[in-house]
Amino acid sequence: MTTAVTGELRAESAELQGFRRVQRLAYECAEAVAAQLEPGITEREAARMQREWLRERGVRDWFHLPFAWFGDRTAFVKFRIPLQFFPTNRRLEPGMPFILDMAPVFDGYTADIGYSGSLGINPVQDKLMADLEAHRELILREVRERRPLREIYENVDRLMVRQGYANRHRAYPFGVIAHKVDRVRQRRWSAHVFGFGTQSLKGLASDALHGHREGWSPLWSPYRFSDHPPQPGLWAVEPHLGFRGTGAKFEEILVVTDSADPEESAFWLDDDLPHVRRWAEEK
Amino acid sequence: MTVPVTLQDARERRVRTGGVELCVAELGDAGQPTVILVHGYPDSKEVWSEIAPRLADRFHVVLYDVRGHGRSTAPRPLRGGFTLEKLTDDFLAVADAVSPDRPVHLVGHDWGSVQAWEFTTVERTEGRIASFTSMSGPSLDHFGHWINTRLKRPTPRRVGELLGQGAKSWYVYALHTPVLPELAWRGPLGKRWPRLLERFEKVPGDGYPTSSLPTDAAHGSWLYRDNVRSRLRRPRPDAYAHAPVQLITPLQDAFLSEKLYDELELWVPQLTRRTLAAKHWIPRSRPDQLAAWITEFVTSVEGGRPDGVTATGKYADRFGGQLVLVTGAGSGIGRATAYAFAEAGARVVAVDRDAEAAARTAEMSRLIGAPEAWAETVDVSDEQAMEKLAEKVARDYGVVDVLVNNAGIGLSGSFFDTTPEDWKKVLDVNLWGVIHGCRLFGRQMAERGQGGHIVNTASAAAYQPSKALPAYSTSKAAVLMLSECLRAELAGQGIGVTAICPGFVNTNITSTAHFAGVDAEEEKRRQKKSARLYGLRNYPPEKVADAILRAVVRGEAVVPVTPEARGAYLMSRFTPKALRRIARLEPPL
Repeated sequence: MTTAVTGELRAESAELQGFRRVQRLAYECAEAVAAQLEPGITEREAARMQREWLRERGVRDWFHLPFAWFGDRTAFVKFRIPLQFFPTNRRLEPGMPFILDMAPVFDGYTADIGYSGSLGINPVQDKLMADLEAHRELILREVRERRPLREIYENVDRLMVRQGYANRHRAYPFGVIAHKVDRVRQRRWSAHVFGFGTQSLKGLASDALHGHREGWSPLWSPYRFSDHPPQPGLWAVEPHLGFRGTGAKFEEILVVTDSADPEESAFWLDDDLPHVRRWAEEK
Repeated sequence: MTVPVTLQDARERRVRTGGVELCVAELGDAGQPTVILVHGYPDSKEVWSEIAPRLADRFHVVLYDVRGHGRSTAPRPLRGGFTLEKLTDDFLAVADAVSPDRPVHLVGHDWGSVQAWEFTTVERTEGRIASFTSMSGPSLDHFGHWINTRLKRPTPRRVGELLGQGAKSWYVYALHTPVLPELAWRGPLGKRWPRLLERFEKVPGDGYPTSSLPTDAAHGSWLYRDNVRSRLRRPRPDAYAHAPVQLITPLQDAFLSEKLYDELELWVPQLTRRTLAAKHWIPRSRPDQLAAWITEFVTSVEGGRPDGVTATGKYADRFGGQLVLVTGAGSGIGRATAYAFAEAGARVVAVDRDAEAAARTAEMSRLIGAPEAWAETVDVSDEQAMEKLAEKVARDYGVVDVLVNNAGIGLSGSFFDTTPEDWKKVLDVNLWGVIHGCRLFGRQMAERGQGGHIVNTASAAAYQPSKALPAYSTSKAAVLMLSECLRAELAGQGIGVTAICPGFVNTNITSTAHFAGVDAEEEKRRQKKSARLYGLRNYPPEKVADAILRAVVRGEAVVPVTPEARGAYLMSRFTPKALRRIARLEPPL
């Protein structure tokens, strides 16, 4: 059901309500699991806690299974192959940063979120999180200006360099800063390969096929295939900063429509999220 | 730094204990935490004359002449009068006299440290010692165990360590011969000692040692004869420290190997390590650094943080609390270097012509471990601005311990396309910037006379000719040679100079480089292309920063960093013709 979600993507449509509901659920899960993390817990255990929490609340399918990264793995230090993204037996220690990343599908709506935190105080990660605000603003502004995605990617990169950080979303498959998400048909059982739900992969593949014919791509990357204006739809945006063994990211859905009004042409699905609240509190 | 007090202002008193009378001097407010300084052999309490005044404004500083030294009386008979048990009695008597209610902070150098290890590890002093700073003097018990473990399982490395220390201990054997040492000290050796210290130990000739030296040294030989053999043969099995210890190890010590302290964590639960590029007599040659470390350690123990250092970097023992100035610290290698020093606990001055970028570097440095960090906006090619900076740094932050002249710009294009203005610009920043830095900050280092290190960022282009980079390579070759000459000049003053030759490193030098002889659009294109190529090469500036810290620790002269830089360096020495061939190639831009 790769919908041509253009006209119905108004802020109050039922479609978006569904996406908003699952995104909130995912962030609730992240906060609940983060509150339970304690010294000695492993990444695998943290990933399982997310999975179980969401399963209990009716999640049956995934865009991808939950990830958890602790310590310098939050900055993907020495990541060479994608298998290294999967949770390991690394144990959490006081002061360590962590990132929880999950993409549940609920009622056919997909969310993909990233939640950064630390066990106790970690001033470096606090700073990284505070500096992510500028990226959230920059991305929205330039998407509204309908700049090519590749150019926006480069501008995000430039801001990171100016802030003195390393671009860590480059470590993701295809170096993506964002990817499209969509509705997924509910099946009785849902298979996944390498942690990614087959239904969602199917959606992504069919988007890729369409996009290839029409000159756009569901993956927002630094490469030539992203050299096109923002394609209407839902984009899970995940800028990821790294600084000397500490990483921080947020991930949330950016809605892009074909509206001529800049305000309505792109907006964040939900502004009531932990990191956004945090920035508001700091002001 | 002005030192208002000297040992002459000290309040003196005599403390009677075990048949001798000790001469005790006190400085500073008796209400402050008490720091007791114990001197070594052949010294008297005046060995602390540089350090004690530096500590006196924060602490109650107490020094005493060990029995038989300086103005303390000697036991009769001498044989058997210098055992560690009796020295412990002396210490307790002094501590009870100067600080009856509060535990004291101990600082020992050489034999003072050997004694203080005994004080810190025996039961009867428990609760009287708050902390101990040890320099150049191991515990004889730990030393005995160190020898035993090496004898029991003599791997090649352990045998090497044993032989190394065995050779360094030649004077200990000499001191065990009867009468001869006394004769030598009272005769020619005593007379020549001050000059020997100056010449071989780089101790500044400023009126130390005192006239009591021949007697001190003659009496002090009994320290060795009464303790060394018996303790090394039967080291105590329970010599665990009951107070936090800060170990300061001079790396160029002619008498003690730093390997002696390898297993110290077994004996000391709360150990803070510091290292220093200096010879044995650090209380004379490095008073500023020692006073800073003692102050920091004592303050942290008083404040309830017995582990002292919080920096996590690899070289925290070496750079903790040192003042490091990095030019071009707003991006690339300079920024990564500032961060690496910050992680090692250094105080960082980040200099860049981009104020915002420098401020950013300083801010992040504070977050990752620098106790203090400042940003300064200066163009290194501006002589007057650099002079002002040097004045300001010396006045507000102190004398720079490590200077990194890193700021540089790129310039590419054929020789005939390079205009005189282009030449001037690139030489102004790349060469004159380094000259100003070395001239101003190097002079401060030399005048302070307590060592330091200068790192100049040259380039692989300094020895790899290229038809595309005539001006840039020339400027960098000059930096390389300047570094080598300066290294020779400053070697006698304990100041090291290193030239770093990075090679292709992924920084923004490519996107700011000027391409001579092409229009703006073509320049933009080439900048982009070269940035892309450097990005594909993707050698991170953090690795260059690591190489810089390592080079400072090891005192290396020329350090090519990337594999291609190392390869070219080898070729420049062994196959220069091949290198000249490469120089003719057109860069793929």
